[in-house]
Amino acid sequence: METIIREETLKTPFVKFDSDKGLIEIKGRSIPENSIEFYKPLIDWLDKYADQPTGKTSVNIKLEYFNTSSSKCILDIFRKLELLHKKGNEVEINWYYEEDDEDMFEAGEDYQSIINIPFKMIEMED
Amino acid sequence: MGFDLNNWYNEKRQGDIILEYAGSISSDVISNTLAEFESKINMSEDLKRVRKKVYNVLVECLQNLYHHVDEPPENVELDEKDKYGAVILTRDGTFFRISTGNFIKKDKINSIKDRIDQVNSLSDDEVKILYREILNNSEFSDKGGGGLGILDIVRKTGNKLEYNFFQVDDDYIFYALDVYIS
Repeated sequence: METIIREETLKTPFVKFDSDKGLIEIKGRSIPENSIEFYKPLIDWLDKYADQPTGKTSVNIKLEYFNTSSSKCILDIFRKLELLHKKGNEVEINWYYEEDDEDMFEAGEDYQSIINIPFKMIEMED
Repeated sequence: MGFDLNNWYNEKRQGDIILEYAGSISSDVISNTLAEFESKINMSEDLKRVRKKVYNVLVECLQNLYHHVDEPPENVELDEKDKYGAVILTRDGTFFRISTGNFIKKDKINSIKDRIDQVNSLSDDEVKILYREILNNSEFSDKGGGGLGILDIVRKTGNKLEYNFFQVDDDYIFYALDVYIS
């Protein structure tokens, strides 16, 4: 499967979806006006990945900012991962937040309350 | 004559102005406004928390305008009429205020008013619960977050929203919103 790599822009995050390594990374800012346009290919990728996943899938979410328009798309990504997890595949989700960023910590908790996979909450020091 | 756009605008400029914009709210304008904010706000570390909040709320305010403004009525004279919106960010000590203003058709008043009144009436915990409920259950349009924007602003600021509707003519209203962040 093809690896998706997208460099960070002013409004969209760095993204790496690597099927060989079973590694999914989203880092930076996600504040586009039209987030569906940005996330749709990533969600489609996860559908394909679910057919032949790597032994363990590691997910690193390291967001600085995200808008409400992205929030639902990020949930859709977690829903795909939840399906993968339900089928018996190991999925590890690491949710990073900056020291003292309560809002980003709470955002992680929001997703954790909806998605049935344990999140590892990781505080980053400046 | 009833509503005077210049009066409203000048009133919102009182205090230390960090940024102001009035005109078409395009995707590029949003990018430029956010970049301007970051270049101007260079605060000490202890205000980083507030800076992030202001940035987040500014994004939601600008994108609310981007997705939801109506065209201004014919008789209002403006340089840029397409997607017209105004945003003014001022600072008073540790307090920030984001004011936005835009024209809407009169029939939208009730839905906006009901929405804000409802969110304003909720406790912090209720805001969090409702946010999660909408995130989990609503279908979002390509326009935005299914009403999460307003809720997100109240949740992040912990403050009530202040709004005003000014009658422009028989069909149009000027909708003004003030958000306080501290």
